[in-house]
Amino acid sequence: MADINVGRNILEANERLAAEHRRRFAQAGVKVLNLISSPGAGKTSLLEQTLSRLAGRLRCAVIEGDIQTDEDARRVAACGVRAVQIETQGACHLDGAMLAQALEPLDLAALDLLIIENVGNLVCPVDFDLGEDLKVAVLSVAEGDDKPSKYPALFREAGVLLVNKIDLLPYVSCDLERIHRTCRALNPKQVAFDVSCKTGEGLPAWVDWLESWVKG
Amino acid sequence: MSIAQSLLSIVLEEAGRHQVQRVTKVAVKVGAWANVVPSSLTFSFDLIKEGTLAAEAILAIEQMPAQGVCHACGASIDMAQPVFACPECHSKDIELTSGQELYVDHIEAE
Ligand SMILES: Nc1nc2c(ncn2[C@@H]2O[C@H](COP(=O)(O)OP(=O)(O)OP(=O)(O)O)[C@@H](O)[C@H]2O)c(=O)[nH]1
Ligand SMILES: [Mg+2]
Ligand SMILES: [Zn+2]
Repeated sequence: MADINVGRNILEANERLAAEHRRRFAQAGVKVLNLISSPGAGKTSLLEQTLSRLAGRLRCAVIEGDIQTDEDARRVAACGVRAVQIETQGACHLDGAMLAQALEPLDLAALDLLIIENVGNLVCPVDFDLGEDLKVAVLSVAEGDDKPSKYPALFREAGVLLVNKIDLLPYVSCDLERIHRTCRALNPKQVAFDVSCKTGEGLPAWVDWLESWVKG
Repeated sequence: MSIAQSLLSIVLEEAGRHQVQRVTKVAVKVGAWANVVPSSLTFSFDLIKEGTLAAEAILAIEQMPAQGVCHACGASIDMAQPVFACPECHSKDIELTSGQELYVDHIEAE
């Protein structure tokens, strides 16, 4: 019988790719966001709203991760922005190998901002670093104010929190302050915006912040 | 490339490098903040290990507690729950020191 000492990080293969991608992004001078939420929280709606407001201000492209269909990529392309679709064939998150393929057709040096919409899932995408500068967590008020404490990993890692669908606050029991309290405890440095993709409320503040973050 | 697949490929790589016949145990350390549920990792690992050198390997997962330290007063802090500030001196200058581990510690083989 042999006892073999290993001491290897289980995610080492993905982390090597993430480091490589991070180097490429820095070299090209493009800032990269990894957009994460549960299914239907409004990632693609936020992209549509954000990209149309950024037209003429920043050169953007999008990578769309979905288990199936290119519907979200078509919604983004309709805003006049280059969108590359990754169909994960069942995988519930994007990883470095999938991203490497999606990056192939893109000229990174010609971009200011690349946004990656991850597969709708509050858990697994958090483990797979894509080499992004910032994780953006999207939470809709309809999901309930207990989500940050039930799924702390995402809300701890996210540099930005977008609380979406605030137009629905009169119809759902959701304590907005509880969401912010929990997230502040999980990550005191997090920047947070309350927004609605339906009414547009809160979006200008988020888009202005994003523009100055990319340029800064 | 799921977590279970990455785990299995590390195990098989080590088994090949050490030229063993079969792997009997895989010892993994998972921090409380690593965002990995031991029962689902075991479930997936048991599904994909079939037909490999690790087909009979038992996955032993040791969970590591989330611990932090206060840089102001040096207190060590239990970080199992979200912590705003040091319970001793109320400083906000606190840092996680363990709890994010996710690694293969060792394997046993024949
Ligand atoms: N009332 C309201 N509905 C919204 C808002 N934002 C998005 N929605 C609706 O929520 C649904 C899901 O939005 P998507 O943008 O497709 O969500 P997603 O996160 O991209 O979903 P997946 O990619 O499938 O994970 C759509 O029917 C949107 O119209 C909002 O601010 N208010
Ligand atoms: Mg979408
Ligand atoms: Zn202290």
